[in-house]
Amino acid sequence: MSLTLEQVKRIAHLARIETSDAEALTTQGHLNGIFQLIEQMQAVDTSGVEPMAHAQDVSQRLREDAVTESDRRAAYQAVAPEVEVGLYLVPKVIE
Amino acid sequence: MNQWEVVIGIETHAQLATVSKIFSGASTAFGAEPNTQASAVDLALPGVLPVLNKKAVECAIRFGLAIGAEVAQKSVFARKNYFYPDLPKGYQISQMDLPVVVGGDITLQVGQGDKAYEKVVRLTRAHLEEDAGKSLHEDFHGKSGIDLNRAGTPLLEIVSEPDMRSSDEAVAYAKSLHALVRWIGICDGNMQEGSFRCDANVSVRPKGQAEYGTRREIKNLNSFRFLKEAIDFEVQWQINEIEEGRRIQQATVLFDPENGETRMMRSKEDAHDYRYFPDPDLLPLIISREWIDEVREDMWELPNDRKLRFQSDFGLSSYDASLLNINFDIGNYFEGAVLAALANGERIEPEPAKFAANWVINEVLAKMNQEGEGHPTWKFGVSAETLGCLLRRLREGVIGAKTAKELFAEFWEEARANNYASHGGYPEKIDELIESRGLKQISDTGAIESLVDEVLAANPANVAEFKAGKEKAFNALVGQVMKAAKGKANPQQVNDLLKQKLEG
Repeated sequence: MSLTLEQVKRIAHLARIETSDAEALTTQGHLNGIFQLIEQMQAVDTSGVEPMAHAQDVSQRLREDAVTESDRRAAYQAVAPEVEVGLYLVPKVIE
Repeated sequence: MNQWEVVIGIETHAQLATVSKIFSGASTAFGAEPNTQASAVDLALPGVLPVLNKKAVECAIRFGLAIGAEVAQKSVFARKNYFYPDLPKGYQISQMDLPVVVGGDITLQVGQGDKAYEKVVRLTRAHLEEDAGKSLHEDFHGKSGIDLNRAGTPLLEIVSEPDMRSSDEAVAYAKSLHALVRWIGICDGNMQEGSFRCDANVSVRPKGQAEYGTRREIKNLNSFRFLKEAIDFEVQWQINEIEEGRRIQQATVLFDPENGETRMMRSKEDAHDYRYFPDPDLLPLIISREWIDEVREDMWELPNDRKLRFQSDFGLSSYDASLLNINFDIGNYFEGAVLAALANGERIEPEPAKFAANWVINEVLAKMNQEGEGHPTWKFGVSAETLGCLLRRLREGVIGAKTAKELFAEFWEEARANNYASHGGYPEKIDELIESRGLKQISDTGAIESLVDEVLAANPANVAEFKAGKEKAFNALVGQVMKAAKGKANPQQVNDLLKQKLEG
């Protein structure tokens, strides 16, 4: 499997990464190199092997359902570019 | 529309009843000042790590058990990537390949009376995920305001199979699911506050065609009425499009309650490339058999089990038993009324239970429906105990059905006038009013007999008509006797005595 230049540009767009044509071309090369590696690995017979979801063989720790955080809005908003009536202001988004 | 078949699947987001968020210790209380419940984890500040809330997992287990699904012993959290200002991380933590709940089904009662039928809707899966924040699009000098209090609130996304074939079935499904999540205590079901919202996937196909048509997804329907209106509009729109020779494009649409229309929000091409991958910040969630058993022990009777018990113990029809199980409270109310309706030492038998069932269905539910469905919680204007005592006096023949209904309506009105802050009437008040207003039914045969004699003597015309074969004249005479008794004579006794005198 290899990626077309078109697909590379689309992935960049989805990730909101601006790429020039030259950068896209370089990236295409890098990504296809990775795919070649994956293809090599796919030659290994993994039937009967359970897919690995995490590198460590431990399970998720759980916390009790309790409120442990206090209101620190003032501190968090002190570093925000723009706030008003307790809200973070961002460039207008319309669906 | 006969040649078209409608296919509907529903995705529901149920906000789980935890006090803290799914991955942080911030409060989930509704209505706080903006951003006062958004912790460093919810804001996605650098270096923070999510820690999973045990109660949220327990809610998912409860749900899985309630629908007869498989609770996965191992499930995995994944990142769903998209960009929006109310999602500071740039991804939502959700579950993709290995969800916590797989399969299961829900049995619905669709329609009313003779047209009612049962339907089983299969569920595909249910998975845990976090909610996003809220964007406020009012004008802040050409900018949007972001409130992240809701960010990180635990949700259970419940996905059905495309098993529904009409908007009525879709609404019945949503209502059953709504009742169920409240029943098992995992969601408060408050639709106004967004605790329970549905997305409907709708498509149409020619009847008899095996493959599905192209679907459009109607997002964020937060009332049963909107769900129905949106689906009805969408179905008609799709049929018109196809009949006019156009193809349906897969898309996400919004329902506008103002004009009752759906409109396109985004086409699927761009929006649905979420590039899911397992979240490296979270380890696989392992749920032990012991934990599942513990949760099962802790659960009370489920809707379908209670429905079957009402049928077998009380001899109720399947339809009546369903009505009394539309939610947890109604069934409890019914059982409370049955117990209170029993005389001292009397055992629960089908007769008083059926009697109470009819009253709860015909009087109590009718009154509650008048107040309008979709109330966050329906309110009982009269307590189960008061209703039970009223039914007891009625069964004993102390009062007639008409008097009982009047007292019931009066008590209910009392509660309604008080905005349901408390119940109207109380058990002892029934006997007090029977005494003070002289509501006792006349069941002394002698007294009724003399009234019957008076009426027969005063209405020779009716008597003659009856003897000439006019059945209607008999009812007129019954009416006269009841009137003379000021409505307090036992109607059955009046009937019997009249018949005896006229035919004897």
